[in-house]
Amino acid sequence: MLVRLLRRYLRPYRRQIAFLIVLLVAQTVGNLYLPNLNADIINNGVIKGNLHYILSTGEVMLAFTVVVSVCAVIAVYWASRVAMGAGADIREAVFTRVQAFSTRDMNKFGTASLITRNTNDIQQIQLFLQMALTMMVIAPIMCVGGIILAIHEGAQLSTLLLVAVPLMAIVIGTVMVKVIPQFRSMQVKIDRINEVLREQITGVRVIRAFVRNNSEAERFAVANADLTGTALRVNRVFALALPAMMMILNLSSVAVLWFGGRLVSEGSMPIGNLTAFLTYILQILLSVMMAVMVAILLPRAAASAERVEQVLDTVPVVADPEHPINPTLRSGLVSFEHVTFSYPGSERPVLEDLTFTLEPGQTSAIIGGTGSGKTTLLNLIPRFFDATSGAIVVNGVDVRDQRQETLWASIGLVPQAAYLFTGTVGSNLRFGRPDATDEQLWRALEIAQASDFVSAMSGMLEAPIDQGGTNVSGGQRQRLSIARALVKAPSVYLFDDCFSALDAATDARLRAALKSGTQDASVVIVAQRVSTIMHAERIIVLDDGRVVGMGSHNELLENCEPYHEIVVSQLGEDAAI
Amino acid sequence: MSMGPMGAMRGGGVPPQKSKDLRATLHRLLERLRPERTKLAMAIGLGVTSVAFMVSGPEILGNATNVLFDGLIGARLKPGTTKAQAIAMLRREGHSQIASMIGGMKLTPGIGVNIDDLGLVLGLAALVYLLGAAFSYFQGFTMAGLTQRVMSGLRRDVEAKLSRLPLRYFDSHPHGDVLSRVTNDIDNLTTTIQQGLSQLLTSVLTIVGVMGMMFWISPLLAAVCIVTIPLAIVVTLFIARRSQVQFTAQWSQTGALNGLVEETHTGHELVQVFGRGEATIDEFGRQNKRLYDASFKAQFLSGIIQPSMQFIANINYVTIAVLGGYRVASGLLSLGAVTAFIQYSRQFTMPITQIASQMNMLQSGFASAERVFEFLDADEETPNLPALEAGPYTHGPGAVTLDHVFFSYEPDEPLIEDFTLDVAPGQTVAIVGPTGAGKTTIVNLLVRFYEINRGRILLNGVDYRELSRDEVRSAFAMVLQDTWMFAGTIHDNIAYGRPGASDAEVVDAAKAAHVDGFVRTLPEGYATVLDEDASNLSSGQKQLLTIARAFLANQSILILDEATSNVDTRTEVLIQEAMARLREGRTSFVIAHRLSTIREANTIIVMDHGKIVEQGSHATLMQNRGLYYSLYQSQFTEATT
Repeated sequence: MLVRLLRRYLRPYRRQIAFLIVLLVAQTVGNLYLPNLNADIINNGVIKGNLHYILSTGEVMLAFTVVVSVCAVIAVYWASRVAMGAGADIREAVFTRVQAFSTRDMNKFGTASLITRNTNDIQQIQLFLQMALTMMVIAPIMCVGGIILAIHEGAQLSTLLLVAVPLMAIVIGTVMVKVIPQFRSMQVKIDRINEVLREQITGVRVIRAFVRNNSEAERFAVANADLTGTALRVNRVFALALPAMMMILNLSSVAVLWFGGRLVSEGSMPIGNLTAFLTYILQILLSVMMAVMVAILLPRAAASAERVEQVLDTVPVVADPEHPINPTLRSGLVSFEHVTFSYPGSERPVLEDLTFTLEPGQTSAIIGGTGSGKTTLLNLIPRFFDATSGAIVVNGVDVRDQRQETLWASIGLVPQAAYLFTGTVGSNLRFGRPDATDEQLWRALEIAQASDFVSAMSGMLEAPIDQGGTNVSGGQRQRLSIARALVKAPSVYLFDDCFSALDAATDARLRAALKSGTQDASVVIVAQRVSTIMHAERIIVLDDGRVVGMGSHNELLENCEPYHEIVVSQLGEDAAI
Repeated sequence: MSMGPMGAMRGGGVPPQKSKDLRATLHRLLERLRPERTKLAMAIGLGVTSVAFMVSGPEILGNATNVLFDGLIGARLKPGTTKAQAIAMLRREGHSQIASMIGGMKLTPGIGVNIDDLGLVLGLAALVYLLGAAFSYFQGFTMAGLTQRVMSGLRRDVEAKLSRLPLRYFDSHPHGDVLSRVTNDIDNLTTTIQQGLSQLLTSVLTIVGVMGMMFWISPLLAAVCIVTIPLAIVVTLFIARRSQVQFTAQWSQTGALNGLVEETHTGHELVQVFGRGEATIDEFGRQNKRLYDASFKAQFLSGIIQPSMQFIANINYVTIAVLGGYRVASGLLSLGAVTAFIQYSRQFTMPITQIASQMNMLQSGFASAERVFEFLDADEETPNLPALEAGPYTHGPGAVTLDHVFFSYEPDEPLIEDFTLDVAPGQTVAIVGPTGAGKTTIVNLLVRFYEINRGRILLNGVDYRELSRDEVRSAFAMVLQDTWMFAGTIHDNIAYGRPGASDAEVVDAAKAAHVDGFVRTLPEGYATVLDEDASNLSSGQKQLLTIARAFLANQSILILDEATSNVDTRTEVLIQEAMARLREGRTSFVIAHRLSTIREANTIIVMDHGKIVEQGSHATLMQNRGLYYSLYQSQFTEATT
């Protein structure tokens, strides 16, 4: 997965990568050659007392140093360019793909998961790439080069590597195998502590009202002790790891001198080579450590890559038709013709054989219990889902035969959860119509019963709105969300139970104003509260996915038993007479 | 080698911030370390010992090289002569260079490498390295223990602080901010202390030790190396400071981009229906480009620290090789000293880079520490009178009297003025008013979440101030609109109302709240685990569970918020019935939304703009034709006509 993803997204950078590899090879070779030169200084200069040789070799070494450093800096430059660039490309690709997702695709992943995939997962890949582009190239060259040169310096002595390298790999490997699961469990325990604390903050009223401070303190103490214990174990393993690795490095040097010393004294190896060999063995072991570090990041990056690929490989289930039909008329006429809808894999349909027409200029209301399919019905109109059978016709054309953008242009949606975007009150209101004038905004605000609080906000239309609209109250958010749909002035309005946070008086005023504000459009209101919809021209009563009643409030009171029940439960017996 | 314990987890770190008062924060951190001072001293002692062993290693290895070199040269000289004779001979033959080198060596002409000596020296080196590693392990072990104890204590203090803070604190600080102080900041600080303290200690000790050794071996070469230390520091700081700026930019850009992704995905359908798809992709492209620029610069700048250090180290290496070669050749220095020097020069660029990278971490850790200390310094609730802590309060019948009560959240904005209300046991008080009228203020005062400014509140004839907060609160059961559940089973969430309740009592309470049937449809029944937001329950079901909780608590006074939103009609009926049953025989304060409740209430309190505007029975208030009258008209008549 990781390989496939990287192959695709590194392709545009293949020249840079080739260049990068050349630089890294040059850098590594240079670094490897320096000890060799040092050996020469000792063998040919120091031992023979040749000062001139020492000096001239020194100059060569200096030149190598400069070349190596320049190579390294340029390599870092390109590694950063490529890693960050590829990361940005993948991010953009994921984001663009998700933009084309239909609601079903969104639900398949879940919003939270998609956010993580588009942010953290890509960051993981980027981090890995940055490491891999340098270390993954350097480590093997350094290791192989080091081994070759070590053999060149002293073939017999190189057998030491057969002991030291596996030993190093085993020590690091053992530490990782031991520590990584502990790390995960430590993270789980940190999450647990944070969860307890979060609950203490969000539940402060309940905790105090029920006088449960002590039991909360106990819960925390348990979590805290648990975390402390695990953290202690992890850190103690780490306390062992570093000294152990250093010990292997150092004892290798001792061994080199011991065995190498014998070779030197027998005359089968020049003494200068010994110092070079010492440096090589250190470099080989360091490259093993580097390789292991990259290897740690690999599984995480691979898991992230898989999650990113899943998004990129998803083909949206709802797509534009090949030969779109443009509706000639944008009257706002919506008709359902024998519409049945069921979620894939489920046996029972959510909506069954619905047939009705929503007329322009009329307010239609949909009422019914939870799970009766109200929101699903609404979602079929903007084609968030496609009907399983039957057809939904908007402005005279089947929604599946229109371009999605054309369809959406005629719809004003006010969802159940009022959601605002970062920006200002004005930028949110202009969401559907960027060129709306201030006058148009204020008119919409007035209809939505929001002009009072917006004029009281400092900056008014320029007042800032936080992400999600969290800096205004729930009721204000709902009203702004209604005003946003009004500014768009579409021919079909879909209000999905969006009056719930308003008190009854505001609710009533808003509905009265809405009537004049949406004159020629079709208006569909989904609601739980009878008082919100009792004045609608037509009320559709849904029960278990079927239409069990359709008509005005008074008609339904007389001939629709489920409606009668709802009215009695909400408004009392006397309201139902 | 910056793979510290949390290295993999941080993945680049927390957004770096700057602390405001470094000295004060440092002082307080040290204060927290004080109880561990013996352990800390021990750790430092172990660290010093370990570093001492480690830095003497190369010197000993250098001696081994000398033994070899001496033997090697010695073997070439004519056996049987003395060293002085050999030198004189060489000079005569014109090898004055070699002669002067031999002058500085310990050799016996004609004798080769003394393997016993070599073994002795190398054995010593191995021992020194083993001891160094062992002490380093002991030091790490000790540090791990002490940092964990300190951090565990800090977490405990923070948690204890939470329970001592007044409600005012939670209402006036965004939950996100409080949360981030007690979680993210603590985590960040833990990481800093855990890694930073130990590594900083080792880094500093290593630099000092290595420098000491270098001067001991050869002051001249050491002096040359010393020149490069300030160079290394200046270069590191120069680059680090610049990369720091870019990292900050990278983090704020990441934050901005994540925000955009979050809100676009959350509002996905809105973006589509309102035709904003392309505009959003464009905006994403712009932000993505900015993130790319910042992260490229950050990665590049931080990436060149390593090669720069390498460059300085290599310069050192060359200098030592050349200069050392000269000195050895002139007999002023042994070959072993040069090889030892090469190792030392490699050893000390590493701690310098490490300190530089720890500086960033330390900075961000200090900023976090400061935020945590700020939290710990927040004003606490006035303590209960000491005498009151003891002795459980015996429950009375549930009479509540508010006697000329004055209250305001802000000193200059009086809200409740001279409010008097007498509630007999079993009576119902309805609190009504438009959205945002401040109906919860009364609740806040009744359960003593806030303290009144003047007047008194009496519970069964006893002044609140003569009771502890817990005593007051244990007379109340509450059902709030905010249906708070904690991560745990349904059983535990209901049992929250009364510690030690039996299973049968929990089921009875659930039955009374009409939630038993629903719970039994769940595969795990009462053992079903709720996640933190109880997102596996509908809001109606959550509300029923909180009612069950109140049933179980079985207190004489009830506080009830009737508001239900996003509840389907059938559940609503259940909730209504359960609430009515809960009120039976209890003194009730109801934030009322239902006509029947309001009409039957003994007293209605009408609130508007945070103040109590009217008070009386339904009949009286209707006659007054005030706010209640108009509210009643607009809300309820429409529904009934």
